[in-house]
Amino acid sequence: MGSFLETLLGGLMTGMLYSLVALGFVLIFKASGVFNFAQGAMVLFAALATARFAEWIPHWTGLSNKLLINLFAIGVALLIMIAVAWIVERLVLGKLVNQEGVTLLMATLGVAYFLDGFGQSLFGNAIYKIDVGMPKEPVIALEKVFDGGVLVSTEDLIAALVAAALVGLLALFFQKTTTGRALRAVADDHQAAQSIGIALNRIWVIVWSVAGFVAIVAGVIWGSKLGVQFSLSLVALKALPVVILGGLTSVPGAIVGGLIIGVGEKLSEVYLGPHMGGGIEIWFAYVLALLFLLVRPQGLFGEKIIDRV
Amino acid sequence: MSHREIGDMILAVEDISLAFGGVKALTSISFDVREHEVRAIIGPNGAGKSSLLNCINGVYSPQQGKIRFRGESFTQMNPHRAAVMGIARTFQNLALFKGMSVLDNMMTGRNLRMRSNLLLQALHFGPAAREELQHREFVERIIDFLEIQAYRKTQVGRLPYGLQKRVDLGRALAMEPVLLLLDEPMAGMNMEEKQDMCRFILDVNDEFGTTIVLIEHDMGVVMDISDRVVVLDYGRKIGDGTPDEVRSSPDVIDAYLGTTH
Amino acid sequence: MLYRENGQFKTTYARDQQVFPILQDRIGIALLLLVAFVAVPLLAPEYLFRAILIPFLILALAALGLNILVGYCGQISLGTGAFMAVGAYAAYNFQVRIEGLPLVLALLGGGLCATIVGVLFGIPSLRIKGLYLAVATLAAQFFVDWAFLRVSWFTNDSASGSVSVSGLQVFGMPIETPEQKYLFCLAIVVIFAVLAKNLVRGAIGREWMAIRDMDVAASVIGIQPMYAKLSAFAVSSFIVGVAGALWGFVHLGSWEPAAFSIDRSFQLLFMVIIGGLGSIMGSFFGAAFIVVLPIVLDNAPYWFGIPIDTALAAHLTFMVFGTLIVFFLIVEPHGLARLWSIGKEKLRIWPFPH
Repeated sequence: MGSFLETLLGGLMTGMLYSLVALGFVLIFKASGVFNFAQGAMVLFAALATARFAEWIPHWTGLSNKLLINLFAIGVALLIMIAVAWIVERLVLGKLVNQEGVTLLMATLGVAYFLDGFGQSLFGNAIYKIDVGMPKEPVIALEKVFDGGVLVSTEDLIAALVAAALVGLLALFFQKTTTGRALRAVADDHQAAQSIGIALNRIWVIVWSVAGFVAIVAGVIWGSKLGVQFSLSLVALKALPVVILGGLTSVPGAIVGGLIIGVGEKLSEVYLGPHMGGGIEIWFAYVLALLFLLVRPQGLFGEKIIDRV
Repeated sequence: MSHREIGDMILAVEDISLAFGGVKALTSISFDVREHEVRAIIGPNGAGKSSLLNCINGVYSPQQGKIRFRGESFTQMNPHRAAVMGIARTFQNLALFKGMSVLDNMMTGRNLRMRSNLLLQALHFGPAAREELQHREFVERIIDFLEIQAYRKTQVGRLPYGLQKRVDLGRALAMEPVLLLLDEPMAGMNMEEKQDMCRFILDVNDEFGTTIVLIEHDMGVVMDISDRVVVLDYGRKIGDGTPDEVRSSPDVIDAYLGTTH
Repeated sequence: MLYRENGQFKTTYARDQQVFPILQDRIGIALLLLVAFVAVPLLAPEYLFRAILIPFLILALAALGLNILVGYCGQISLGTGAFMAVGAYAAYNFQVRIEGLPLVLALLGGGLCATIVGVLFGIPSLRIKGLYLAVATLAAQFFVDWAFLRVSWFTNDSASGSVSVSGLQVFGMPIETPEQKYLFCLAIVVIFAVLAKNLVRGAIGREWMAIRDMDVAASVIGIQPMYAKLSAFAVSSFIVGVAGALWGFVHLGSWEPAAFSIDRSFQLLFMVIIGGLGSIMGSFFGAAFIVVLPIVLDNAPYWFGIPIDTALAAHLTFMVFGTLIVFFLIVEPHGLARLWSIGKEKLRIWPFPH
């Protein structure tokens, strides 16, 4: 039972990490109706920027306080992500207003490829470390209940808390602020939103910047755990089933979806895997999403998709 | 007016009711259409005319009522079955295949009659090739009839609105329908274009005997070419008869012209 | 001036329906085929075959298959690599397990297996479209990746996880030298291109395009969306499967599942977008572009005297791909094929401007 709980907890933690990436997807889709295939590339880009600047800033400024260095690095990374958002809006989104979803999707695929190559040209392609001072030793909990206790990774715990806080912030943002309302209008109908005076391009820059910030958070947490490397952008592909499960337009859905996928993956790998030759993690999330698509395409919390005649 | 002899009932709409959520689009509509006649459906905007047409050819499913066509009775029609049974239609907002040429659009209307399988088509051999040519000849006759020869290879999306409407009609005609449903075929046309379209509609009715049900706003057109008229208002039928009968019906005058007190 | 249609009247519909109605086009294609079948094998260096021509031909075939699904029928697919893999592994199993099976039959058998898998994963298209369908096809991609990695029956219980074929021959003629491989692939690609062209300009092609353009109107005409979509998946997967088998057998010789990973799927999608959606010729343009571009990018710095390391060249390739995708989507969504036909239009009236 103890090991089951460990697997479960491990799955929940991984799921939280998926959710962080999925949050970026949901944000952009919710606010612009665009499915951003480049989210993973953005996570990688943000992580690379943070990692490298954390290395370079001490050289340039002689600072040695780790907290300060990391804060500065994150700050610089945020500026860079805002610049990326602005450029993407100018050169890509702005030119493809009101095209079909599939066209925009493929355009973001192009952006993803570009960011992948650009990030690695600029920042290098070795494996980099991010050290934000997160405690690495796991904690042993519930020693009285289970023999030997259950191993809980403090790092993952902190990640979970951060993600929860982020979700809360974002949910508030969308519901309570004027900009949030404007974003929801834009997601509904580009042309209509324009015609009531919402500045589409400014909105998109804002959204992509916020998504960029989310990407930084995700990148820092993932990178701190795994090291910053190219495979990070492939994690994004895992976030796709998460948003299908949770619903493309739902912020809480991204969390719930992530948790389900994370737990499902781990449990199926441990309990089903041995019977099937192992390694089912690579497709479990997708097949689950496929089943959802056949039964309930809008996901658990998404809005029902009505195809008008 | 139809020059053909009007036959027996070919389509009957019985007690059709249609609602979208809380919005009642149609309430207890019943009327019939006789073979070879030209039946008009008129009424103010939002009266449910397009919805009615959509029920007849199965795009919408009414919650209540039956549709009787050529002796068979249906509570649920679907578009494919309607097409197979010989019902064709045009759309108010044009449902043309924008990526294809005029000729190809109209050739799709012949699809139900194409029999050759995939393999023969791939080889463009024997029966498949002959079939393609046969249908091409049929479609070319319709193209002649509608006077759009010059545009046959043009991509439909590039044509002006009036010509697109003709292609829409042509595609429906290519299906060799028994019953033709026309949804505002003259919307957005000028006087000359309307005259052309009237001529086409009457010719189709004359030469092929096709029964025609059309939705139309232009009263002049309706009075001139239809044999009988159905009047809808807020989803209910408020008039049914010959153009003269309907024109002088007090209910219809109320709905369209309003009463003075 | 050269490209005039003057005097070329078509007096029968049969003449009008030809694939290349303009005489100059027919001459052009005849010349191209002559060069391809005769001149190239005699004159081209071996490197050209191995590095450019053979991959180009096989990937063009795969792009052709994908174009039928995405460009003509409007159903997006990100799992093309998986279907290529099915074709390759199925053909391998046919060849290894059935004694003396002719190569062509093994290849076609691979195509048929890919068809079955393709139709299976195409079933969701009856209910979902666009992005959601893309995710469903990704499920196919990852599942197939796993299956060929972990289910050892598929690899004939190979210890290393990879499979290989050798000693290919067709009708008694060996297919070993680059020239022979090239001619074999060329023949297959030409045959498939002709068959595909016949399909897309016939009744089924119109059905596919009708579904792509407006599926509600299509059903009103009497087109059954199910039949049209599944037939598109079937035909597309068959072609992609054969291409996959060719890729493994002829180009690679020995392979593992990684040869058909998601990168391959994206690569093929890029070919179809850049080359031109809904165009047979476009598939060839796109394949040529994507096969040649990395080689140019790798070597161009040397030509300019600025050496860069291979990692940077790889990153640059990514950047250029990404930029080009966005560029084409914005400027010319119908890709190189449209640019080509615009060019021909201008040529028809040259030297007049309009």
